[in-house]
Amino acid sequence: MTLFGYRLPGMSSLILWGILWEIVGQSGMTFFVPPLSEVVATLFQVIQTAAFQKALYETAYAFIAGVFFAIVIGIPVGILMGKNRLLDELLLPWVNVFLSAPLTALVPVLMVLFGFGMKAIIITTTLFAIWIIILNSRAGVKQINRSLVEMAHSFGASPFDAFYKIYFWAALPEILGGVRIGIIRAVKGVIIGQLLISIVGFGALFELYSANFLMGHFWAVLIVLFALAFTISEFLAYLERRVSYYAAKR
Amino acid sequence: MASSLWKSSMMKRANLLKILSALILFGAWEIAGRIPVSLAFPTFLESMSALFAMAFDGTLWAAYGETLQPLVVGVAISAVLGIAIGLWVGLSDFFDWLFSPIFIVMQAAPLAALIPLLVLAYGIGLTSKVLVVCIMAMPVIVLNTAGAVRNTPESMKEMGKAFLASDLSVILKIVIPAASPVIFAGLRLGISAGFIGAILAELKITPTGVGDIITYSRSIADYPSMYAAIFSIILLAVLFLNLLEKTEAVLFKGNQRGYVSD
Amino acid sequence: MVVADDIPESAVSTRNISKNYGDVEALRDLSLEFPRGQLTSLLGPSGCGKTTLLKIIAGLLEPTSGEVEVNGQMVTGPGPDRAFVFQDFALLPWASVMRNVSFGLEMRGVAKSEREDIAARYIKEVGLGGFENAYPHELSGGMRQRVGLARALSVDAEVLLMDEPFSAVDEQTRRKFQEDLLGLVQNENKTFIFVTHSIEEAVYVSDQIAILLPRPSRVHEIIRPSGFRDKGVDNIRRDPEYLDIVDEIWASLRTYVE
Repeated sequence: MTLFGYRLPGMSSLILWGILWEIVGQSGMTFFVPPLSEVVATLFQVIQTAAFQKALYETAYAFIAGVFFAIVIGIPVGILMGKNRLLDELLLPWVNVFLSAPLTALVPVLMVLFGFGMKAIIITTTLFAIWIIILNSRAGVKQINRSLVEMAHSFGASPFDAFYKIYFWAALPEILGGVRIGIIRAVKGVIIGQLLISIVGFGALFELYSANFLMGHFWAVLIVLFALAFTISEFLAYLERRVSYYAAKR
Repeated sequence: MASSLWKSSMMKRANLLKILSALILFGAWEIAGRIPVSLAFPTFLESMSALFAMAFDGTLWAAYGETLQPLVVGVAISAVLGIAIGLWVGLSDFFDWLFSPIFIVMQAAPLAALIPLLVLAYGIGLTSKVLVVCIMAMPVIVLNTAGAVRNTPESMKEMGKAFLASDLSVILKIVIPAASPVIFAGLRLGISAGFIGAILAELKITPTGVGDIITYSRSIADYPSMYAAIFSIILLAVLFLNLLEKTEAVLFKGNQRGYVSD
Repeated sequence: MVVADDIPESAVSTRNISKNYGDVEALRDLSLEFPRGQLTSLLGPSGCGKTTLLKIIAGLLEPTSGEVEVNGQMVTGPGPDRAFVFQDFALLPWASVMRNVSFGLEMRGVAKSEREDIAARYIKEVGLGGFENAYPHELSGGMRQRVGLARALSVDAEVLLMDEPFSAVDEQTRRKFQEDLLGLVQNENKTFIFVTHSIEEAVYVSDQIAILLPRPSRVHEIIRPSGFRDKGVDNIRRDPEYLDIVDEIWASLRTYVE
């Protein structure tokens, strides 16, 4: 988008939307949308409250733990599937099923199996993230140049060496792509988990605010959450672009 | 001849392995249920018999009648509106600048957090549930459509102009057909997200349909029915998305190998 | 080389064409005449603006200044008097050969049965009879370009614009194409404008070769081979005049090749 020959930056239209929000809020058209200025003012109050910091801490904890398990389990499983045909054929149908299945339906099961707490949320997060990581790691290994594999054999690399010195690095760009999408899904997973098991983290906070009709607080937390999610996703996209240079040269 | 034989034996192997892998998973489920790993973990056979019981006494079908309402309405709105906005954003620099950031943020953000607000504003009825499905399904449809439209090969559009196609013809006969495989892929992702939204709405807002079976059977500790309902919704989603994929393959036969530019 | 009065009148003329991309001067003050019923090649090193010039003639690009005339008419955009053959074929992957070839006629509002009759004729003429219902991905590169050629021929435009049409096909197919092109120039009463980066190809197929030099692009020389055209396709590449012209062009271009 160019205006008078000057190129407007990509996200600059958000300013326009912010102004529109302010006008709608000021007009008092609806109770549910307080003016942006009010929300921002509330935001600075909210982030200092103990309740917010506790929610943020709990969410970050569940998120990081969930992503950790998704990566630590997902990448090796994906690489093994890419290397072993039998394993691949046995697991691939299920990976595909869970990739597109409505995982929200599984949350009640996790609740009865693991209790109404952190454990169930962490597992929900892992379940949201892991399948795409497996699938991408598998795809990354599958596309490895045959001559690279033969090179490893001819120089006498042990299977263990081949795994960590060749396959992982050769598949790295795809793996990172999977991790990026997995993490974005994990953000959604951790919030969905908290909404359904609404006694911890932001789930509890949202219950509290909506029960007391604290719209300003509600929007303030939403803005923080969306901004964090967006920042994470952009940062990962940036990291991915950094490694893509060597994907091109493979 | 030999190669077709080889091919058919490979097909057999693939199908056999699919059955084997299903047997392993369901077998593991059965064994875990028999140990039992948890009191809340019924066996596979118990769950399946609960599923058949619900299918025979009609509760399952009545539940799906309710669950599918917000899902179908929400997905239909998201598809029509999402593709329309996507085309618009993809074709016009101004709308790209104006709308893209909103959908990019929506795509990255955990929109489920909006649910309590939607309930406050629109109550606990169908409207809220439809809106939940829409906010989950729409961003990916819009972004995929816009991206696909923007990436129409320049030479194909030039070809249209060189052969005197009007701007409208270029859009209808070149841009949209060229973009349709990616639009369809976006639709598939959107529907998958719509399923997540529909179940989330039924579990979070008010228990209706399949969400009601899950919530109710959990509250009376009828775990086989609960697992059966969850099993059925996952099965439905997967079957539906597979069907969509098959449709896609038939619809875009010529496009299967991608663009002709190599 | 021949004297000027042998040259037929121009079907296409470009006058003082300049084209700038921002600060970059792609073409400067370029004037060229394209004789009717003949094939003119635009030849030059990469980046010399030959494709830009072709697209300006097609009406796909607008010149910064200067004008193009086709049959005395000013060019303001694409028109029915010109048809284009694309380097990357620009076929619609979802459409059959038949639909691809009849695309131009469809855009001109020709009724379906009529345009399919015409398209079928040209599909046969380019040697693709039997492939009417095939999809582009089922065809080889050479066959795809034949589809592109049939599409351009079927709209019966007087001027055929070809943008490195054979650069994406293999060497043997290219030779066959070049021979076929000579037949086409002779039988169809059309004016061909042909962009290429191959010196041998330009000398082999052209009645007139315009050599363009880059940065900014200008016409360096116009060569009109004449002696070997009617000696038969098999003898051209051994003809002394052919070999001389190839060497001469290479001598003037070699300093511009990195």
